[in-house]
Amino acid sequence: MSEPVFYGAGFPYRKKHKMSGKLIVLEGTDGVGRSTQTKLLRRWLEAEGYAVSDTGLRRSELTQAGLNEAKKGHTLSPITMSLFYAADFADRLENQIIPAMQAGFVVLSDRYFYSVMARDCIRGVDPEWERKLYGIALKPDLILYLKADVPDLVARLIHGRGLNYWEAGMDIHLADNLYDSFVKYQTELIRAFDSLADEYNFVTVDAARPIKDVFEELKKDIHQVLDEAQPLAKKPK
Amino acid sequence: MLKPNDTQGKLIIVEGIDGSGKSTQINLLYKWLQAQGRSVYFSEWNSSVLVKSTTKMAKKAKLFTPTTFSILQCTDFADRWENSIYPLLKAGVIVLADRYAFTAFARDVGRGVDPAWVRSMYSFAIQPDVALLFRVPMDISIQRITASRAKLKYYEAGMDLDLAKNRVDSFRIFQGRILDEYNKMVNEFGLTVIDGTLPVKTQQKLVRGIVKNALQGWEGLLNPDHSTISTINPQASAPKGNKHKGGKQ
Repeated sequence: MSEPVFYGAGFPYRKKHKMSGKLIVLEGTDGVGRSTQTKLLRRWLEAEGYAVSDTGLRRSELTQAGLNEAKKGHTLSPITMSLFYAADFADRLENQIIPAMQAGFVVLSDRYFYSVMARDCIRGVDPEWERKLYGIALKPDLILYLKADVPDLVARLIHGRGLNYWEAGMDIHLADNLYDSFVKYQTELIRAFDSLADEYNFVTVDAARPIKDVFEELKKDIHQVLDEAQPLAKKPK
Repeated sequence: MLKPNDTQGKLIIVEGIDGSGKSTQINLLYKWLQAQGRSVYFSEWNSSVLVKSTTKMAKKAKLFTPTTFSILQCTDFADRWENSIYPLLKAGVIVLADRYAFTAFARDVGRGVDPAWVRSMYSFAIQPDVALLFRVPMDISIQRITASRAKLKYYEAGMDLDLAKNRVDSFRIFQGRILDEYNKMVNEFGLTVIDGTLPVKTQQKLVRGIVKNALQGWEGLLNPDHSTISTINPQASAPKGNKHKGGKQ
């Protein structure tokens, strides 16, 4: 059991209940294998007897419709977009992550606000402003940063779900075609992630290796965090 | 906390609790400036088309927490800021705003969010050239609102805060908090207080005097045909004339 620790003021109007859960974040650029690893980790943790709750960007009921609609029309300006994401984040934090942490769950978050900061940074949003905005955020127990370089990402995506408009940053007109834009955009993103990695103490994991090897390393890192823990909630039957 | 005005335009805003008469006053001000052949644009709190469906849905389903409410209202403001208010100020337009960041500072802090956090969230906005706070005693505000509307709305009355069982009591407590926050901001942001119990005409005379002063020796964007301004944002560009309905909540 520990007091919740926030980056800033958190949610002053909420009672600061102790938390016995663990918040584990997987970060990294698009196509790096985050979702695959999240699925594997969830299965593994549940087999070990932990109750797991998973979450990820844009999954809040509150903002989903609005964000989807806005993305269709590409009409969002940078600060507006950034705030839409912050609303999504706050909603999941208050209504899902914090309650799960209080109940002793292991919360697996497929990306946290760092991804939003990285993408906003490239779009010219003031990083200092955004850092303060995310003063509401709970400090994770572990931030795993899956890192692969651009050629690896290209290979994975082309043999996987393909290159898409947003992952290539086509909205900010870096190049006239999907490939060049993707390369430029992801290069910038990786640079932004690297600087966040220092600031927020990410544990960097080489994601250019086979899925199984990456998974084994993630398990090891997570084990260390869970070993410090009091007995966590059992998986509900 | 707000940026100094680095544009060629002028920003004039009105604040006050519901029923303070601020919308009536800014409406009259708009007409006066328009009649002078100025380039004037009007922006109303909580009016972004982009954010509307989300706010409406969330209010209906009572999904808001103080923080998500606060962020979404700022999203609405940011959309108006980035797509109309700021570019128009840059062009040399007089922008009139019925409620501004101070509304968020008052209401959101009244709901319990951190005062420094919400101020920082709005720090991309500029300090208005004229910021008027219309002050009325609570009883008058309640009287005006209940006389013009059938029922207080859930969030407007602060029912999400569990302050009281019925809406009128809750509204009174919540508005009291908001009033306190406004009072704190008078010095912090240099708000000019207008006595909202004075006759409408007397208030407007005061308002025009203050605005005239602020515009002295300033030209702004030409408007030879006395036309109204439309923007890429398809939102209302003129205040509604109805004094009795109250503005956007």
